[in-house]
Amino acid sequence: MKIDFEHHQGAHCESGVTTNLLRKSSGGKITEPLAFGIGAGLFFAYIPLITINNGPAIAFRTMPGDIFNRTCKSLGIPVTRKKFSSKENAEKYLIDRLNEGTPVGCQVGVYYLPYFPREYRFHFNAHNIVVFDKVGDNFLVSDPIMETTSILNSYELERVRFAKGALAPKGHIYYPAKNVSITGETIKKAIKSGIKKNVHNMLYIPGSFAGVAGIKNTGKKIKKWRDKLGIEKAGSYLAQMVRMQEEIGTGGGGFRYIYAAFLQQADVYLPGNQLQEISVTFTKAGDMWREAAVHAAGIYKGRLGSQEDFNTMGDYLLEIAEVEKQAFKTLKGLKWQ
Amino acid sequence: MKKDDVPQDLGALGKITREICYATDSTGKYVAEQSTGWDVKSKALDVAWEDIQKRIAAAKQKVLKGDASPLLFFMEYRLMDTAILAGYTGFWQWQVKRHLKPGVFNKLSTQKLQKYAEAFNVKVDDLKTMTVNED
Repeated sequence: MKIDFEHHQGAHCESGVTTNLLRKSSGGKITEPLAFGIGAGLFFAYIPLITINNGPAIAFRTMPGDIFNRTCKSLGIPVTRKKFSSKENAEKYLIDRLNEGTPVGCQVGVYYLPYFPREYRFHFNAHNIVVFDKVGDNFLVSDPIMETTSILNSYELERVRFAKGALAPKGHIYYPAKNVSITGETIKKAIKSGIKKNVHNMLYIPGSFAGVAGIKNTGKKIKKWRDKLGIEKAGSYLAQMVRMQEEIGTGGGGFRYIYAAFLQQADVYLPGNQLQEISVTFTKAGDMWREAAVHAAGIYKGRLGSQEDFNTMGDYLLEIAEVEKQAFKTLKGLKWQ
Repeated sequence: MKKDDVPQDLGALGKITREICYATDSTGKYVAEQSTGWDVKSKALDVAWEDIQKRIAAAKQKVLKGDASPLLFFMEYRLMDTAILAGYTGFWQWQVKRHLKPGVFNKLSTQKLQKYAEAFNVKVDDLKTMTVNED
């Protein structure tokens, strides 16, 4: 088999896979930031009552699968997706696609992903890769996080495609239809709908767990962590928050920089809408998230630890919530030119 | 973040691959820049692993005292809860919980032990002795 596929590194796995799978049909027009923005990837949620790895469940981006789905839908590209109960069928389906020359996206768990450094291997099951060829027993894999392509033998691939636990992939495979032409007009429409969706997710989800309300609420909670959890556990909680914000696949600043890059590129398609100016606000939000991370590190490194330090930490999030709220309100009020 | 401010502190991932960050160049335009890591997040990752190491050590003590079967040690070692372990082995969660009792564990058939060994990626013999080979 020799499939026409180019591996490009991305900041985030799902927008990276989406971009790599759409590169041929879009003639390279769909960049990673565009996929992230059209897919309304920016988010914040603090899900109460559940814990992940004994820490808080905090997310800085949208639900796994959403970016690929929304991007393809907005661009009018039909998508095929399948899950399997049988490992044999899952492998056969994959090999059949490769035989017909179709690179495919696969959802995988990272815990038993051999090319990942051990320090990064948690039971996180919503990672995305492209499988684009098979040589002997080895599958050739494009993981957007990696600089180069990787190899998984059939057992290794099966193991990560059938990883267990929350969000178990169940062999989940997906790919866009080929030969759909993507015009500038389609992209313009998709950008608008992506922004609209993201405005909704950040401003109008009821309750206080999601969007800017979620950031504000988390800021308030952090101020109570020291008393409620004790200094050590509160430090671990903050470390977990920073990991979700800064770890591989975020591009830094809790995905805010990717969104800023998206608005900049969107401005080229839709000039005269001040997207360039609004992009600067998201850069500022990203910078603030990073400043907050530096302060958090002071706490989990043990250099800081007073109640005053936790108040400052919480205030960072309250300020960020305000900046992002204004930015999304400006996006909401756009009268498209 | 400006391109020149993209941190280059070598971290665990940086030894294997650099990662992409979006940052602005001198004209304010966003470009994709590679980073070898940032000590703020490397430290956050260290904190997570220190917590895990403590949990593994505590589990080992419990097993040695006879309060739990070696499964507890491997669950902590592999960052698994009963739901994940049940998923990998095909046992029900209540069965896994039963097998966490040393008395029950010691009477398990080789076939059942084999399922656990495979889930933890170790050999059956290592299962009983809490031996791990780094992979």
